[in-house]
Amino acid sequence: MDLTLKIWRQANATAKGKFETYTVKNISPDSSFLEMLDILNQQLIEDNIATPVCFDHDCREGICGMCGLYINGRAHGPDKGVTTCQLHMRKFKDGDTIVIEPWRAKPFPIIKDLVVDRTAFDKIIAAGGYVSVNTGGIPDANAIPISKKDADTAMDAAACIGCGACVASCKNASAMLFVAAKVSQFAHLPQGKVEAKERVKNMVSKMDEVGFGNCTNTGACEAECPKEISILHIAKLNREFFAAKIC
Amino acid sequence: MAKLNSKIPEGPLSRKWSNYKAEQRLVNPANKRKIDVIVVGTGLAGASASASLAEMGFNVKTFCYQDSPRRAHSIAAQGGINAAKNYQNDGDSVYRLFYDTIKGGDYRAREANVYRLAEVSGLIIDQCVAQGVPFAREYGGLLDNRSFGGAQVSRTFYARGQTGQQLLLGAYSALMRQVNKGTVKLFSRHEMLNLVVVDGKARGIIARDMVTGKIERHFGHAVVIATGGYGNAFFLSTNAMGSNGSAAWQVYKKGAFFSNPAYVQIHPTCIPVHGDFQSKLTLMSESLRNDGRIWVPKKKEDAEAIRAGKLKPTQIAEEDRDYYLERRYPAFGNLVPRDVASRAAKERCDAGYGVGSGLAVYLDFADAINRLGRKVVEERYGNLFQMYEKIVDDNPYETPMMIYPAIHYTMGGIWVDYELMTTIPGLYAIGEANFSDHGANRLGASALMQGLADGYFVLPYTIQNYLADDILTPRMTTNEKEFVDAEEEVTSRIDRMMQINGKLSVDHFHKKFGLQLWDLVGMARTKESLEKALVSFKEMRKAFWTDIKIPGSKDEFNPELEKAARVADFIEIGELMARDALMREESCGGHFREEHQTEEGEAQRNDEKYMFVSAWEYKGESQEPELHKEELIYENIKVAQRNYKK
Repeated sequence: MDLTLKIWRQANATAKGKFETYTVKNISPDSSFLEMLDILNQQLIEDNIATPVCFDHDCREGICGMCGLYINGRAHGPDKGVTTCQLHMRKFKDGDTIVIEPWRAKPFPIIKDLVVDRTAFDKIIAAGGYVSVNTGGIPDANAIPISKKDADTAMDAAACIGCGACVASCKNASAMLFVAAKVSQFAHLPQGKVEAKERVKNMVSKMDEVGFGNCTNTGACEAECPKEISILHIAKLNREFFAAKIC
Repeated sequence: MAKLNSKIPEGPLSRKWSNYKAEQRLVNPANKRKIDVIVVGTGLAGASASASLAEMGFNVKTFCYQDSPRRAHSIAAQGGINAAKNYQNDGDSVYRLFYDTIKGGDYRAREANVYRLAEVSGLIIDQCVAQGVPFAREYGGLLDNRSFGGAQVSRTFYARGQTGQQLLLGAYSALMRQVNKGTVKLFSRHEMLNLVVVDGKARGIIARDMVTGKIERHFGHAVVIATGGYGNAFFLSTNAMGSNGSAAWQVYKKGAFFSNPAYVQIHPTCIPVHGDFQSKLTLMSESLRNDGRIWVPKKKEDAEAIRAGKLKPTQIAEEDRDYYLERRYPAFGNLVPRDVASRAAKERCDAGYGVGSGLAVYLDFADAINRLGRKVVEERYGNLFQMYEKIVDDNPYETPMMIYPAIHYTMGGIWVDYELMTTIPGLYAIGEANFSDHGANRLGASALMQGLADGYFVLPYTIQNYLADDILTPRMTTNEKEFVDAEEEVTSRIDRMMQINGKLSVDHFHKKFGLQLWDLVGMARTKESLEKALVSFKEMRKAFWTDIKIPGSKDEFNPELEKAARVADFIEIGELMARDALMREESCGGHFREEHQTEEGEAQRNDEKYMFVSAWEYKGESQEPELHKEELIYENIKVAQRNYKK
């Protein structure tokens, strides 16, 4: 496949960015999207065209959450339920022009080219995304039975990889799906119940503080989430939040 | 040999750890506040150690190269974590887990360490459940288990196919809780580039801020390396793209001994290589071998027809299929340990029975789907099947998966004693970065167990035994000569690299080296291939320093520079792997020397001469490293040839 790529280039956080156009040839439909970018970069370096395009990536099997590109106007590109690293070129056609941008959201400032700073997510987890237990001094793992249904729902929420696609897809740059995934995981488990109210209040207020917008129920986050996390968890988050505020 | 003291406590095996804890020195709460500990790496071992040390009151500085500690590659572990809970009432015990691990490691691991690992394994599950890790459960609400290779009991706890993710997020959340409290200072997008040694003790690191390129000095009363293995030396592996052996290699060059570099695990169930542009290999969890059956055609002509695209696997009649693991190892069948399964796959493919490109075998779920129904299979392995389909564009519910072995884990690593301290006082190595628990082959679902055992329940105790002497040592300013010199080593190396200005990209070079490493020091090794490797890698090292090209500058976000520094180390690590493999004139676990095999093609150990841990000491760039040996003494286990047949 021969492709035209329009890629966002930006030297650093404060520089002005713009789209540059590159072409790649003879790309195998079996190669992954990031392997296609590897080929581009090798070409840019060895043919002295430009400095390579920077993008975040690590595990390349869809679980670390490090990669995240906005491809043709969609977070993680056209395939459903996958991260950018799991997207394969067979989803494109020979001769296509592909537009590649970074996540665009105020709380995710650009570091370089397609790389953004997502430490805002870490700050939200630090504000309360845990059960406050120290190492040791805990009961036997089977001491508290948990219904399979609850454990499964908790796992559905816990599957979040923290990539930020929900924020990038949302017109309000809301992090509600990310926060909801963590709050809902714990809301379905007996562990950490005693601090549930503090948790949800602290996480939501941190989410506001670091600059994420609010949810207006468009559902874009759910549609683009590579782990297909349901917005029902946002409903759970809202319920937990209101309950915590009332009592 | 006198240099290696493994410090194994006195007493019977089952009392060693409790005796140690009863007698070790501790640091009181007021003094803990005065002590800084550096932890490099935030996988299961690093994150759990950072959180636990901070909870105890130490000041912790934690480093990772990723943008967030939650992304460390432990996250990609799929299948599960072992623990001797005996919840299934199937005869499991601490002793049995200990025994299986020693046997699985082909009698090349240290008894006392492995016993301790088995002993604390149950606590790990308790800890993770308390953190809210959503393990799989039965309808009665209790925890579910499954089986993994090398065991005849079901002792593996799991969270769908994302066990590593859930355990890491548990450790990460415990870590972030401490960040919030100010007891851990987090340095993400930072890469350790040197160790600082003052008066013979580890006292800090030099790190590069990967966003600004700034080189920084950091002091710690002790330094913990939790940076994983060196499998990415091969370029193609199941590791993350950024996984590297550089921190381990730097401490080796500062005097920490490096053990068993030749012991590399090749995982039998990975998606086969499909092109030379490929950047990584994807694992299909070992848990699939619970229900999947591995086979190749019995007739060569069928295999040929399949390779030519003239036959489909579903058209091969049952009697024309060779379920070679069930045939060769009836007692363990498809659940033999990884090294055995990998070699058996290679043997069939080399003999001409491979499918796909010729380097693949089938992993078939048709029987399981008939027996359990598609829904149950989907529940157990749904995300793995989906992952396979996305990559290969084939539906594993309808046609068998194709798999082939790939580099997955490194059993070798930094030498540590019973306390997990290296040969440099105050320097510790935990998790995959050390060598200690898996011998020559690691059993499935044991990496997560070891990472968390080291980080939650071992290091936080043993490190106090050392730090108790350090309560009066004031923090250093980092203006000391040792810090200045260590920084100078880093900057001059980076400058040298930036000036090479050759023609090849780093990836281009790494691929070339990785292929050679796979061919010469891969799944099967010979004296000849290893001698060739030693010569060739020296040349490649030279070529690297003249041929590669790093665009951009060192004072900015520059992934090419990061990769170059790692690849330069990989080439040297590869050399030590070859040297170690050449020295070890036997086959054991993941180390297979073709000269040393039984008539049936099984690995043949030589216990008389090689029942030791190799520990290599760096002697300078132009000199060969010196080999030290730690003899392995088995007091509790009868050493035997591994038998998975009956």
